Amino acid sequence: MTIQTKTLAVASALACAMTVSVAGVASAEDMEKCFGVALAGQNDCAAGEGTTCAGTSKMDYQGNAWKLVPAGSCATMELPAGDDGMARMGSLEALDRDMAM
Amino acid sequence: MFDLNEGALPNRPGVGYKPQHFAAVMADPGAVGWLEIHAENYMGDGGRPLAQLRALAERFPLSVHGVGLSIGGEAPLDEDHLARLKALCGWLRPASFSEHLAWSTHDGAFLNDLLPLPYTAATVARVADHIDRLQEVLGRRMLLENPSSYLAFAETEMGEIAFLRDVARRTGCGLLLDVNNVHVSAVNQRMEAEAYIDGFPLDLVGEIHLGGHHEDHAEGGARLLIDSHSAPVDGPVWTLYARTLARGGAKPTLIEWDDDVPAWPVLEAEAALAARALEGVA
Amino acid sequence: MSQATFVAALLDPALAVPEGLLDPEGQPAGRRFDVYRNNVAGGLTKALEAGFPAVRKLVGDQFFAAMAGVFLRAHPPQSRILMLYGSEFPAFLGAFQPVAHLGYLPDVARLEQAVRESYHAADHVAVPLAGLTPEALLERRLRLAPSARLVRSRWPVHAIWAANMAGGPAPVAGGQDVLVLRRGFDPEPHLLPFGGGDFVAALGQGQTLGAAIDAGGDGFDAGAVLGLLLGQEAIAEVME
Repeated sequence: MTIQTKTLAVASALACAMTVSVAGVASAEDMEKCFGVALAGQNDCAAGEGTTCAGTSKMDYQGNAWKLVPAGSCATMELPAGDDGMARMGSLEALDRDMAM
Repeated sequence: MFDLNEGALPNRPGVGYKPQHFAAVMADPGAVGWLEIHAENYMGDGGRPLAQLRALAERFPLSVHGVGLSIGGEAPLDEDHLARLKALCGWLRPASFSEHLAWSTHDGAFLNDLLPLPYTAATVARVADHIDRLQEVLGRRMLLENPSSYLAFAETEMGEIAFLRDVARRTGCGLLLDVNNVHVSAVNQRMEAEAYIDGFPLDLVGEIHLGGHHEDHAEGGARLLIDSHSAPVDGPVWTLYARTLARGGAKPTLIEWDDDVPAWPVLEAEAALAARALEGVA
Repeated sequence: MSQATFVAALLDPALAVPEGLLDPEGQPAGRRFDVYRNNVAGGLTKALEAGFPAVRKLVGDQFFAAMAGVFLRAHPPQSRILMLYGSEFPAFLGAFQPVAHLGYLPDVARLEQAVRESYHAADHVAVPLAGLTPEALLERRLRLAPSARLVRSRWPVHAIWAANMAGGPAPVAGGQDVLVLRRGFDPEPHLLPFGGGDFVAALGQGQTLGAAIDAGGDGFDAGAVLGLLLGQEAIAEVME
């Protein structure tokens, strides 16, 4: 990129920034608008679910007893993929592998 | 020995502060006279949590309640965490600092739960050493909270109150009496909650906790109460609280609600119930 | 009983409850010990659910909870501060066989972790650039805000995130670089145009603005990305 092009790009960005109204100082009173980040990972001293739930599940986490298949929005999201360049549909592949197990 | 002039919490109700209540509590705190925060939630580098805390500190007496120090842990206290607590208490100058009679860290892993301890002479010595170190670093007296318990240790050789008295005598620390924990532990261990309250050294108590629990069951259907902080304060806990106030006089009293947190008016209404109980005593 | 024994049984439900833990009748504790097991697993699972909502939506609630159970046992928090728990989750997802076919999942988790890091990062004061000519600025190095995070992906990670979290359209193929910026207190992921990832990375390495623009390559719209940085008040310092 030539020095002239770069200078022009910087100049236009600076000019643009001048016309953007200043947002003002952020205030603690501003309402949260960011996808629940504020409540993520809060430490507290409450106890949880009691005697039955995740902590006592005997599921074999290590390997071949894993039967669950991702079943959220990934099932409808078609994306090309990985290094092998093969197009993939998440849910179908997961089913195939689980059946083979 | 310690700086006792940090200011004290007022003998009024406080609530556990939740970020979603910020605007409401700043607009109208109602019966709420002070707020408690969990120390670890304000150990980030910046952003909204710290901005809110600075704003709250200008309006309310604050209590810093640690949930991660692992005072009952076998290992020495984590010096990095002590330094973080010192830094937080240093700029915030809270009216009170408290932590739990429990452990939560082992071999570098933080387990995010208040785990139980056997009540033995060896545990007293360890807990007292750790509290000495904490109070030395913070330069102030702390309050130690009685736990809610779900089981007992075969090793245990003394009662919980004897244990807490011994630790307080050795370290000069005060106590935080969680009345819901008394009820939960009494049901779970089949003991008399009233006798516990009557035997508790209330002169050492700087703060009372009230909170909700839910009911589960152990083998054979025995009632097992879970200290869930997810519900209103239960009737028997209010009765025990009244008994505590009648014996020990008015104390700063916190409503804890950590899970299924309700809208502000519901939480404030719980604080108002505590305010009414407090108004009835000297 | 040692705390090591207690912890081992706490994290492995297949192990017996340690001896010496009793109910009021003096019998072994059983379900009473499960309360602690559930506090640990349930509490950390909730922390992961709150921290990675897009990943959770992608794989579904039930799958996420089960996977969280595997993760939290392999990688219990190393910090007592839970707000940033999960920094090892993206790498875990990259190695967890049952999601091996969802190649984009680790990068979605990286983006979510970046948003959370940004939220808790140190505040800064945006530096005014008005006193500098464009020519002078090109010779300077720019330090971005402590809350800025660059996430580079060979997947359309911004589009996947937006489709799940912000009602965005279905993603189409192609890599995306995302710059998380926090003007005030709310971090936002911004999709960078072609060359933007290389440009921001070069700035982060301490190259001058001019050199960073060159790093963006032919066709890189420097004005657009510099405009984004200025508009979001993301430049914390201009250095010689």
